[in-house]
Amino acid sequence: MAALPPAPARHRVVITGAGLITSMGNGWGENVDGFREGRLAFREVTLFETAGQRVHRAGEVALPERLPATRLGRRRAARVDRATALVIHAAAEAAAQAGWDRLDLSAEEIPVVLGTSAGAMALGEAYYEQAVATPERHTGQVRRIEHYQIQTQALLAAESIGVAGPVTVITNACASGANAIGHAFEQIRSGRAARAFCGGYDALCRLVFAGFDSLQALSTGLPRPFDAHRDGLAIGEGAGVFLLESLEAAQERGAAILGEVTGYGAATDLHHLTQPHPQGDAALLSMTRACAMAGVGPGEIDYLNSHGTGTPLNDVAEAQAIRRWCEAAGEDPARLCVSSTKASIGHLLGGAGAVEAVICLMALRGGWLPPTTTVREMDPAVCFDLVRTPRDKDVRTVLTNSFGFGGANATLIMRRWPA
Amino acid sequence: MTPRLAITGWGAVSPAGWGAEALVSAVRAGQPLPAEEMVRAPGAPTPLVRRVPKPAAPHSFSRDPRMRRTSPIATFAVASALEALGPERVAGIKDGTLRVGVIFSVFNGCVNFSRRFFSEVLADPRTASPLIFPETVFNAPASHLSSVLGSREVNYTLVGDSAQFLASLHTGADWLLAGGLDGVLVVTSEEIDWMSAEACALTDRLLVVSEGAAAVYLEPVETGGVTLAALPAPVRFTPRLPRAAAAAKLRSLLPAVPGAVLCDGLAGAAKSDRIESAAWADFTGPRFSARAILGEGLAAGAGWQCVLAAALVASGAAPAAVVSALGGNEHATGCVLGADAPAADDVAACERAAREGFALLDAAEALDRD
Repeated sequence: MAALPPAPARHRVVITGAGLITSMGNGWGENVDGFREGRLAFREVTLFETAGQRVHRAGEVALPERLPATRLGRRRAARVDRATALVIHAAAEAAAQAGWDRLDLSAEEIPVVLGTSAGAMALGEAYYEQAVATPERHTGQVRRIEHYQIQTQALLAAESIGVAGPVTVITNACASGANAIGHAFEQIRSGRAARAFCGGYDALCRLVFAGFDSLQALSTGLPRPFDAHRDGLAIGEGAGVFLLESLEAAQERGAAILGEVTGYGAATDLHHLTQPHPQGDAALLSMTRACAMAGVGPGEIDYLNSHGTGTPLNDVAEAQAIRRWCEAAGEDPARLCVSSTKASIGHLLGGAGAVEAVICLMALRGGWLPPTTTVREMDPAVCFDLVRTPRDKDVRTVLTNSFGFGGANATLIMRRWPA
Repeated sequence: MTPRLAITGWGAVSPAGWGAEALVSAVRAGQPLPAEEMVRAPGAPTPLVRRVPKPAAPHSFSRDPRMRRTSPIATFAVASALEALGPERVAGIKDGTLRVGVIFSVFNGCVNFSRRFFSEVLADPRTASPLIFPETVFNAPASHLSSVLGSREVNYTLVGDSAQFLASLHTGADWLLAGGLDGVLVVTSEEIDWMSAEACALTDRLLVVSEGAAAVYLEPVETGGVTLAALPAPVRFTPRLPRAAAAAKLRSLLPAVPGAVLCDGLAGAAKSDRIESAAWADFTGPRFSARAILGEGLAAGAGWQCVLAAALVASGAAPAAVVSALGGNEHATGCVLGADAPAADDVAACERAAREGFALLDAAEALDRD
């Protein structure tokens, strides 16, 4: 039997809460200020040893010593690792913005959908080092085992804002955060849930930092997405969270609506484990699918937040995909405004898609475009209007791309909600 | 004819061997497979483990460029997936006539390569292998699988506790009911490494850690296959609904079917089994405990249970099978396979599904869309 016919969209899906923490700052305000100017937020890595590596800088978050007020007990809160702390900070901001912090949500099955690539890998590293150095000493190991598990981080984050529904953790490498928002969006759109807590996060850790360095994928200077002489990405860390609701559920409780998610597309790039198809085939497919769901074409996208890592292969493949996507719709790509915010905070891996979605929401609400300020000479593949300096613009519809190791490609489309 | 969701293919790799048949035979024989003690260093935990035997012959996919450097977790996953799909479906995926989504479920993941790579980083980051690092990423096995199949459709890697496989099956059913996919391949795979084996031993010394994979192919059908009769949403553990209460709630959500066999998640380790044993203490029908025979396969364990259940129903050994999986720290999951799905006008069943799960209700709604 063939596939079932496409299910109709039963609900519009709106954003009622958003939160983020990045190396640019903790929360909406500090990040708006930084991204609007295209400020750079990199510093020497302090969390682990980088001696012997080519690169020593990253988008390291100045993590507050204390968690925000949460619904976790004091004992559980005290055991939270860095990765979980990042997502709890973002979740607390989103919950306060949505007014969820004043609701008793425990009786409602609100899905929790989070994306991450490495989770609490730093705990796995500590477990390994102790197990090798002192095999007979097991102190602290059971706690590391428990908190290393990715579902533990999601459970703690959900409990921190009192959300009790089923947990789904997507680990699709650097597309994880976008996949998580897209999956939550589909849950509400189809009528399976009225609300969802979703987003993505990743914390810096030595294994992943050294891994990208071993691939020579890290820039030895600054990440320069779409620059002709780009030499790699910078690793960052952080978290981005959305609280999504069906339009009816949001209106019923009188919630302030920040924006609307209208499209989600995903596709798998089969070219190589770590390299995109040179013509961006899967990127084209995920953008096309997201647009079909949202009912828009390239000509209606006012801003495209690119995956734009600053690696030689990614940027040219994404540029090709954007060109093909525009040309297939009969649109001139030169009219499309594009930038990469990874130039400012680095690549947040599993958190990237979610944080960049929040940045897009900021642009929608603020009427500005976040510039990529590190570009000196544009790559010849750039066929679009690469935003390199701060710019105000009436932004109604945005598209954000996230592509990951393993060929995981995801695209989200969001629309401004009328004031 | 009411469209329904059914499992129409399954495959497995386990300490019993390569293939679902070896798994089913071993579990039905009822004797735990031999285990060996893993000794790494003086003073370190010494877990008992059951490994997957070497294959009798090289796999057909071993020459695929993607599979040259993979660790066992990817090999197990691909082998079980190809068995579940069969050559005709694989050909359909490759030629683009069959649109198949992939969901890869994992608890532990590729710890083997992560440990090796991190040890190289600690020794000297300048010589850490760039060939190993990409294989440490959670979704590497899923990526290899899509590549071997030639599928550009959506592919998720979902991480959770040892009950995750059935939660992933729930997501797969969601995808099918949303339309646009001909089928969904739900796969799980785990491999033994001293880090994870010792970690299991630290939490329960009696657990026998094992490895392997399981895969089921889920699709909407009019006839044939093993009906996915009930698939409640995963029951998450919360401070208000702790593990024991979640296990009991899951039990209450799974409809009782006369003559059904229970494929439970008991591992043969009293401490780990206590709560699930209590939840099903009054079950009087026949039951099989795949993990007790094959070992604690982590995420693969619930996959083995599901494969066993499908095989038992398909062979006529039971009219229906109930699968129960109680994870360690996240959720209780389960399903009923084989009982006939209710007719679209079975109001009581639809109301129940609306409250507790979705499979039955949405099958009816899918019919309406036709």
